[in-house]
Amino acid sequence: MSTLAITDAPVAATRHKQPPAPIPFRRILGVELRKMFDTRAGLWLMASIVILAVTATTAVILFAPDDALTYGSFASAIGIPMAVILPVIAILSVSSEWSQRTTLTTFTLVPSRSRSISAKAVLTVALGIVSMLVAMLIGAVGTVVGSAIAGVDRVWDAGPGVLSTIVLAQILGMLTGFMLGVLFRNTPAAVVGYFVYALVLPGIFVTLASVNTWFADNRGWLDVGYAQGALFEGGLSSQQWAQVLVTGIIWLVLPMAIGLRALLRSEIK
Amino acid sequence: MINVDSLTKTYGRFTALQDVSFTARPGRVTGFLGPNGAGKSTTMRVMVGLTPATSGSVTVAGRRFADLPNPGLEVGVLLDASAQHAGRTGREVLTIAVATMGLPRKRVEEMLSLVGLTPTEADRRVRDYSLGMRQRLGIATALAGDPDLLILDEPANGLDPAGIRWMRDLLRGFADRGGTVLLSSHLLGEIEVIADDIVVIGNGRIVAQGTKADLLAAAGTLVRCRDLAGLQHALAAAEVDFTPTPDAPDALRVDADPEVVGELACNYGLALAELRSADSAGLEAMFLELTADTQREGVAA
Ligand SMILES: Nc1ncnc2c1ncn2[C@@H]1O[C@H](COP(=O)(O)OP(=O)(O)OP(=O)(O)O)[C@@H](O)[C@H]1O
Ligand SMILES: [Mg+2]
Repeated sequence: MSTLAITDAPVAATRHKQPPAPIPFRRILGVELRKMFDTRAGLWLMASIVILAVTATTAVILFAPDDALTYGSFASAIGIPMAVILPVIAILSVSSEWSQRTTLTTFTLVPSRSRSISAKAVLTVALGIVSMLVAMLIGAVGTVVGSAIAGVDRVWDAGPGVLSTIVLAQILGMLTGFMLGVLFRNTPAAVVGYFVYALVLPGIFVTLASVNTWFADNRGWLDVGYAQGALFEGGLSSQQWAQVLVTGIIWLVLPMAIGLRALLRSEIK
Repeated sequence: MINVDSLTKTYGRFTALQDVSFTARPGRVTGFLGPNGAGKSTTMRVMVGLTPATSGSVTVAGRRFADLPNPGLEVGVLLDASAQHAGRTGREVLTIAVATMGLPRKRVEEMLSLVGLTPTEADRRVRDYSLGMRQRLGIATALAGDPDLLILDEPANGLDPAGIRWMRDLLRGFADRGGTVLLSSHLLGEIEVIADDIVVIGNGRIVAQGTKADLLAAAGTLVRCRDLAGLQHALAAAEVDFTPTPDAPDALRVDADPEVVGELACNYGLALAELRSADSAGLEAMFLELTADTQREGVAA
């Protein structure tokens, strides 16, 4: 380390006397955005969105039969890795602050915890939308290239309607990850929580539906995965929309409210 | 100015802080002294709103910390130098802090050179930092906003002797320019060389507070005499309290000014081998005594 000198140190500058202006939300957004990309792990996570989309597209071109080289196939092939990586990014945006203990600095520089967390939520949704746009673009390139290689017609069988409900489904998945990050404030616990949501719960619901006819009839109102599954098909009936809403309140809004309440009051160490 | 008013914090049935009140004044370095687990860090976390208090309140510069519009510009805080993202570079950690406060980017380089982190070191990831480098980075973050107040939890932890010396001068200069400094330590020697005021906490309660001069005076006089029995007799007759000290077999620590002890010895015709104000030895004895019931070792001098 270099030698230390305090003689003409910048702290010796004259004391500012005006009361400082409040920190604008825009600035918090900018800082939080920077924090998503400024570690190797963060950078790779973001890069993996593109890498996975390209990999899925390439896999479809290589392995799908010629008549399946349609935009719909590309869109659903890309959707699968996205449904895993995007919620993980959302989880980490919250939980890593706690796991890395950066909350100590974050919340002393911005004491209003809700502002930091809102900024993270806004960025998570924005990132979800941008990622899905990039993914759709990569899927479109895949359709053009794939059909050209196979010498078949381009088939645009996924219209704006279904594409937008797919984006919605992915955003809901991200918000679920975000909610788990808020609820657990610990990376491993939140990731395990997400796999319970994505893998264990659906299994339980399938079993329930097979043994209980009442549940089988009303499954759409309780089984969040089942209700949101319709978003990937598109063309939802108003009952299906209502089911997306009701399951969203039970499985997303409610636990999010509990988690936020705890987060705002918890002790930061 | 930091004002701590009847702070109480309980964790379940455990009382970590009980009715803690003290003030850190501008232009002075206030040392917050106490053994491990006394409640220093807890008090500081409550100050900056990271730990909710059970009752009582803290104001910094007359307001609750949470009500400060841009706290980094008014209060520099260093609670735990190890609490940084391991994957960020030192420079990045500072850049984020500086950006949050809305300061120009050049502040990052200024602060790095202030705390003696070289550009190569600044580009290293925090996971590869030594404890002392983390501490310097933490101090850089605390000072970046050119605050009027500093709250530092064990800032000397991990610093080398030159670093400790440098920090002492830095905090002295900061207070001399009118700043308020509150720093904690469990090391008396560390606090003694730098603090103007001392607040001693033990077991979640304030056990002593005052200016260093007052506390030193209260620490009494150290006296050595070959005729120890005679001296003890003379002191007892004059109803002056005294205690043996572990330093020497023929020495006593007396709760009176050296002048009083000297006159007494003269009256009794006792030849003294040494007579001086007890200073740090006395302060240390007092510190151990005051916090005796909280000492893990269970013994006091
Ligand atoms: N969340 C908690 N639950 C229970 N007890 C706690 C909690 N947080 C702190 N404590 C207790 O409060 C007491 C004060 O701890 P604190 O960290 O403030 O001590 P300290 O004075 O900073 O000690 P050190 O010199 O070791 O840093 C300790 O006994 C600690 O175990
Ligand atoms: Mg501590």
